[in-house]
Parts: sequence; C-alpha cells; structure tokens
Amino acid sequence: MSQLDLSELQSTEFPVPDELQGNLAITSISKLYNWSRRSSMWPLLFGLACCAIEMIGTAASRFDLSRFGMEVMRGSPRQSDLMIISGTVTKKMVVPIVRLYNQMPEPKYVMAMGACASGGGPFKEGYNVVSGIDKYLPVDVYVPGCPPTPQALLYGLIALQKKIDGQSLANMDDVPWYGVGPAEPTPIPVLGPDIIDPRQMDLIRRQAQMAVQGKQFAVGELPALPEKKAEPKKVEAKATAAPEVAADMDPVKAERMKKREEALARKRAREAAAEKGE
Amino acid sequence: MAIAVPQTTELDISQTIDWLKQKYPDAVHDDTRQGFGGVVVDKSMLVEVAQAIRDDLGFDYLSSATAVDYLGISDHMEMVYHAYRTTGGPALVFKAQTDREKAEIPSLVDVWLGADFQEREAYDLYGIQFSGHPNLKRILLWDGFNGYPMRKDWQEAYFEQEHKPFDSRWPGGWVHRAEEKNVYGKNVRYPDDIDLARLSDTSEATLYSGLGLGVDVQELESDGLQTDRLVVNLGPHHPSTHGVFRMIVSLNGETIETLEPVMGYLHRNHEKIGERNSFLHNIPFTDRLDYLSSMGNNFGYVLAVEQLLAQGARYQPPTYRAEVIRVLMAELTRIVNHLWSLGFLLNDLGAFFTPMLYANNEREKILDFFEATAGSRLMCNYMRFGGVFADLPERIHSVANLVNDKVRDYNTMEYLAQMITERLPRFLEEYGRLLVGNEILRERTINVGVLPHDLAIALSTCGPLLRGSGVAYDVRRADPYSIYPELDFDIPVGVNGDIYDRFMVRFQEIHESLRILKQLLPRLEQTKGEEVVTKVGHTPRVPVGEAYGRVENPKGELGFYVVSEGDEKGPQNPWRYHVRAPSFINLTALGPMCRGYKVADVVTVLGSIDIVLGETDR
Repeated sequence: MSQLDLSELQSTEFPVPDELQGNLAITSISKLYNWSRRSSMWPLLFGLACCAIEMIGTAASRFDLSRFGMEVMRGSPRQSDLMIISGTVTKKMVVPIVRLYNQMPEPKYVMAMGACASGGGPFKEGYNVVSGIDKYLPVDVYVPGCPPTPQALLYGLIALQKKIDGQSLANMDDVPWYGVGPAEPTPIPVLGPDIIDPRQMDLIRRQAQMAVQGKQFAVGELPALPEKKAEPKKVEAKATAAPEVAADMDPVKAERMKKREEALARKRAREAAAEKGE
Repeated sequence: MAIAVPQTTELDISQTIDWLKQKYPDAVHDDTRQGFGGVVVDKSMLVEVAQAIRDDLGFDYLSSATAVDYLGISDHMEMVYHAYRTTGGPALVFKAQTDREKAEIPSLVDVWLGADFQEREAYDLYGIQFSGHPNLKRILLWDGFNGYPMRKDWQEAYFEQEHKPFDSRWPGGWVHRAEEKNVYGKNVRYPDDIDLARLSDTSEATLYSGLGLGVDVQELESDGLQTDRLVVNLGPHHPSTHGVFRMIVSLNGETIETLEPVMGYLHRNHEKIGERNSFLHNIPFTDRLDYLSSMGNNFGYVLAVEQLLAQGARYQPPTYRAEVIRVLMAELTRIVNHLWSLGFLLNDLGAFFTPMLYANNEREKILDFFEATAGSRLMCNYMRFGGVFADLPERIHSVANLVNDKVRDYNTMEYLAQMITERLPRFLEEYGRLLVGNEILRERTINVGVLPHDLAIALSTCGPLLRGSGVAYDVRRADPYSIYPELDFDIPVGVNGDIYDRFMVRFQEIHESLRILKQLLPRLEQTKGEEVVTKVGHTPRVPVGEAYGRVENPKGELGFYVVSEGDEKGPQNPWRYHVRAPSFINLTALGPMCRGYKVADVVTVLGSIDIVLGETDR
C-alpha cells in the first residue's frame, strides 16, 4: 500500500482496503472513549463505615464486581476514577476526603453510598456528622439504603456507567475537563471551633458581626408554610360564582382563565336550554 | 478451734462493700439513690480506695469507666467505674462525684492502665480534668473543638428538642425542621466570639507536638549501625487500617519506638443521639456499633434495659424459645465475625484476598439466614425487650438475592442443621489444613506482638486478645447470662499471647460456637410454637435506676451502661447511654504491643486485635 495521507481518512468516500473488509466498525470517538472509560472504572479503595462492609461483599466472589470492570480497587487516589463514599462522613474525616478528592485525576466521579453519605442518615443530627457529602463534593450517583445491599450498589454502579455512556466529548457542559482544562481544587475545610468551609467565610464573618451587634444570627428565614386548603365548596355554588382572579396572577393567564370560565358557562346554558326543550 | 478468716479476694459484693466502708468510713458511702447500687467514693481518697479494691479485694479488671452529667437532678458530674475479678463474678460499682463548673477527678491510670483511653474520652466529651493523667488530650474530637458535647447543656447545631419523637415529625408533622433554619446550610454552629482573623487549624500540630518530636531526622548510634529516626503516619485512609483509623509511628531505623493511635474519624455521636432517642429507638442504632456483629450488639443492649425493666412492675422475662433464638443468633454472629477477621488478618499478612474470599463465601450463607429471619443482611435490628421481634421463618426464601445465585427455597431448620453440622465443619477443616500449619503464617505471627497476661489484664483488654494471652476470661462463663449456664462449651486460651495465639483462639472459638449451635438445634425443635416476645415489647416503661448489661461479643466484652430517670407519663429516654466498646479499649494495648517490632508487623498486630471503627469511635 502506498503512502497514506491521513487527511483522506476524513472523507466518507475513503475506500476500505480489501484485506480489511469485514474487520472494520465505524463509531464515534465519544462512544469509543466512553466505552473504554466506563468499562474500566477503578474505585478508590476507601471504606468509611458500615457500607464499606457491603462494598467489600460486593467485590467478593458472590456478587463479583469484576463483571463490570471495577474490581481493580486502587489504594492511591492518583490511580482511581471513582470515589465511593461508603459510610458516615464526619467533620473530622471530611478534611482528608476532600484532600483525596483533589488528588484524583480527572475525569473523576463520586458515588454517595447509603443514607449517611447521601444526607446524614440516622446520625444526621450528630454534632460531628456532615449531613451528606454533597455539601462538599459534587456527587454523581446516590445509592439509597442503610446499608445498601450489594444488589443496590451494583445498580448504582450500572447507573454511573449509563451516565458515562451519555456524556459527549462534543458537549463541554457534559465533560468540562476536556474543554476548559482541570477544575479548581475544592477548598479544604478547616477544623476550627466547628468545621469551616472556606467557601462560606464571608457568610460566617457577617454572622459574627451580627452576633457582636446583639442581633439574632445563624438563623435563616423560613419559607412560609403552605396555607391549608379551605373546605371545597358545593359544586352548584361554584358553577354560578364568578371566577375569582388572584391579585398576583399572571394577567395573560388570568385572561385565559376568564375566557374558559365564560365558555363553560355558555355550554351549561345551552345544555339547560336543550333539556327544557325536550 | 480458730475460725478461718475468709480471704478478702473471695468476699461477695455486699461483703466487699461492708469491708470497704469499715476500712474507709469517711470516704466510702452507699449509693442511696433509688435504683442505684454500689458505693460513692470521696474523690480525694479515690486513688487509695481504688488501690485497695484492686490489691486487697482482687478486682484486677476495670471493665468500664464513664462519666454522667446530672444537670437538673443533682447538679454534679460523676465517674462510674465497674471493676471485676478475672476469676469471675459480678461487678463492684464505685463512683466519684465532682462539681460541674470545676470538674476534676484524680486519674486512675496508675491503678488500672486500661483507664487511659476511657478517661481521655470523658475529658473530651464531658470536660472532666483528670489530675495525674499522663496524656490528657482530646481523643475523639479535634483539639480546638468548641465545648464538651456530652454535657446536658451543650446543644448540637441541629438541636430541636431534648427527646424524640420530635414534634416536627410526629404526630403533627408538616412543619420545618431545625436543620432548615441553619443559614450555613450545614450541620455547623459557631461560637458568638469566633475570631476568623486568627483562625488556624492546630489539630495536626498539637497531635505531633504531643509525641515530643522536635527534629525529624536524627542520626543515632545503636549497635554501631547508623539509623535514622523518623515519623511515619499511617491512615486515616490506608487499606490496612480496617477503616478510618490512624496511627502515628516513630521509628528508629525500621524498629518501632512509639505508636500513637489517633481515632475519632468515625465519631458519629452515638451516645448523644442515644440520649435523645427513646429506649426502643436505640436498638437499630446499636446495630451500627460493631457492624459486623449487629445481633450481638442488640443482645447487650436489651440485656441492660431488661435489668432495669425487671425492677418495675408488669415485666415478663423472655420465654425460653426467645432465649434460645438469641443465643443462636449471637453464636452465628460470632462465626460471621471471626470468619471475617481471620480472612482480613491473612489479608494484612499479604495473602491478598484469597483466604478472605473463601471465608466470605461461608459468611454469606449465614447472612442469608439473617436476611430471611430479620429482613436485613447486616443491620438486623432483631432483638426486643422481652424477646426477639419475630420467630424463625418456616422457609428461607429470598427473592432479593437472585443475582449470581440459584433460586433458593429451603426449610429453615434443614438449612440450619446442614450449615451447622456439615457445611461449616467441612469449611473449617479445609481452612485449618491450609492455614494452621502454614509456614509463612507461623513465621510472621509466632512471637510477634506479644502481650503478657498481667499487662493484658491491667490494660482492660477483652475478648480473643485477653484470652490469647492466657487469661480464661469469658463473660459467658465468668458472669453468665441467658441460657449459657446450661450449655456445654469450652473457653479456648492461648499461651504466649502472640498473634498466632489470637488467631488460634478465634479459630477454636468457631469450633466452640458450632458446638453450642448443635446443642441449640434440639432446643429449637422442642420449643416450636412458643411465643418469642413478651408484652413489654413495644411500649416499655423503664423504671428509675442504672444498669450495666454486658455480653461476650466476638470482639470482646461489650457493655451498655444505661441510666433511666424514668418519667411515667413523659417520654421514655435514657438519661445516659454509654457503650463500653471492646474495640476502643483493646486499642489501649496497641502501643505497648507494637513497641520493638518492625513496621510491617504493625498492620498485623492491628489485624489481630480485630477492631471495627464504628465501635471504636461510636
């Protein structure tokens, strides 16, 4: 075969050589790339609490994680693609966790396994417990359960594979690390009198100033409670009553509702007339 | 004819208390509160009395030392000590009281070394100063944490009410929870006078400064060999620390000089939450202590609360069938736990995952039985006050476990009998053949991590760690509970107290558990159809008092110290709920056991203690 000009490959009319006929498949770069990535998801060997026992159980022979190319658990964050947060995240532990996450090379994914990692779980109100790892790290898949069974964890991992399958190299919103370069590292929390997220420093300062001035601090405004619905009126009364337009309703919508009510009234009048006629 | 004076080390508990009151008339008084027992010792005489209790009376084993805050009742704090004789028998309970504002109690580390971590915990969570403690630092929380969280007037960021069930959840519901009002959106609360300008994370610096290490690398002459002294940090993220445990090791060459365990990375405030929960609420929380043996944890807790319930009216003890099922579950749990720990000990030795996978296969079979009975593989939440929550099912039929498994539908009793009499013995025979005489295993474990038996007792170690050192102390025999007195089994002990002995103790304990299980099978058949839970089950009215329930869990002696200030009409919540965690107290021995050995032995020694972090940090 003569010298191949690579740019010719771009052409859809490029003739497939005879000896390669039947041995070629055409796919997109994204698909190929995602297929290889999702089939070799290496989790970080990292157990926090009870869920770690089920994670090891999933990796063991009965449930066999290696069917999905995930059995290579790496001890080093620099060789892993997936961080399975398997258990309760405490304030003391979130500092090393964020540090480990920052050390993982992109593309990287986080799975919150179990109730504690997803939102604090049964230990939510504890003074040393972080109510969900998503307060500090972006989470891709949440697996419910306390602890999730191995089947649930496998389901979560397959869900993650589906998510990767759907990511497109062309769309930078999906996979920012191919477009704009590596992300900024997540700021590492500080263990002060309580745990301090550096991203909230301004808020903490404002609250401290309010405390000095003797104002109420660290208590947020609550959204108003939804009002209780009144007793439903009788149907006849409703039919004759004019449609009440709430003051804050969109005028276009209000107009449409009014027209609809008028049309309904006309229809009812026609029907009543027809009944009388019979 | 002279009457033989009884040895003071053989007196029973009431005689012991009389002896103490005679000898120290000013310092020792009866605890006269309703439902309470033991003696109150004046704190200025505490060390002297404790020495007499240990030396003259023979209570050489300090099981538990914990603090209680009686704010609003008698406005003082007290330390409660439970001491036992290693020859068996009930506890001598003694207490020392202190003012809340200037809380100070003399340290008992000189009397019982095992008080070390427990006093540090009381200092960390209650702010009691222990004068004379050599290393009084925070142990579970970090240095610089604001306040002492277990005090009754300390409120967490998401505080709603003193007692559950919270009004926001039940019976009204549909209101906002405390956590939604927090402006930070996180579970945090800062003191009013927080100074952000001078904020720095000092937790690491204080940790290392405690080791007395000013210079990192030093040239030393030892045996004419030039060695470096350096500090190595293992964990909290390390594959061989069995969770989020951390050790700071200072080395001379490759030999360990000091080892400082650092814990608290899984401190999830079990005890504070336990005081908010009602008595019944706490049962599922105990599952999550030692998450490998949840049934055993349930057992200890219900025993403690049943002791309290028995003091009140209208209490029916569990039926015989319920007791049989409890012991059945506890012994199966022991097998589950030991299979796991043997597998992981070999993992730490470098037999990477193969022995663990074999052991785990058998473990899964037992977990199937748990799932069919209790509804969950790990967190069984099975026992109740006055029995267990459901009888054994007729058939084991799992619809959930179809992944990579045959469709299963077995008769429960046949399944159990086959597992106990055929499957597990066959597996143990094979496992033993491959490992017990294994050259590599013996080389790595014999005479490594030796713990002499007197030190093991002084350090309050328990479980296979204590028995591996040659002390035949097992709560099932020393202070029997449930139906253990009528069962026939032996207590395996080691001789040298090295890792191999602990390995063998665990191995033989599985055999002994199987022996117990074989005796339980006919009892299960006989009691078929009996009730499994008595009426106290769901709405226990717990009378005022204290109770200490302990069981021999796979990891060692698990104790629950529960104080009830029972309110007949109001919420029924424990005033104090303390867990005497075997993993936590066994770690006191880690430093002394590792000294003088090589770095590679550290993970093996740790593996041979068999810790679980949910229980260590609580």
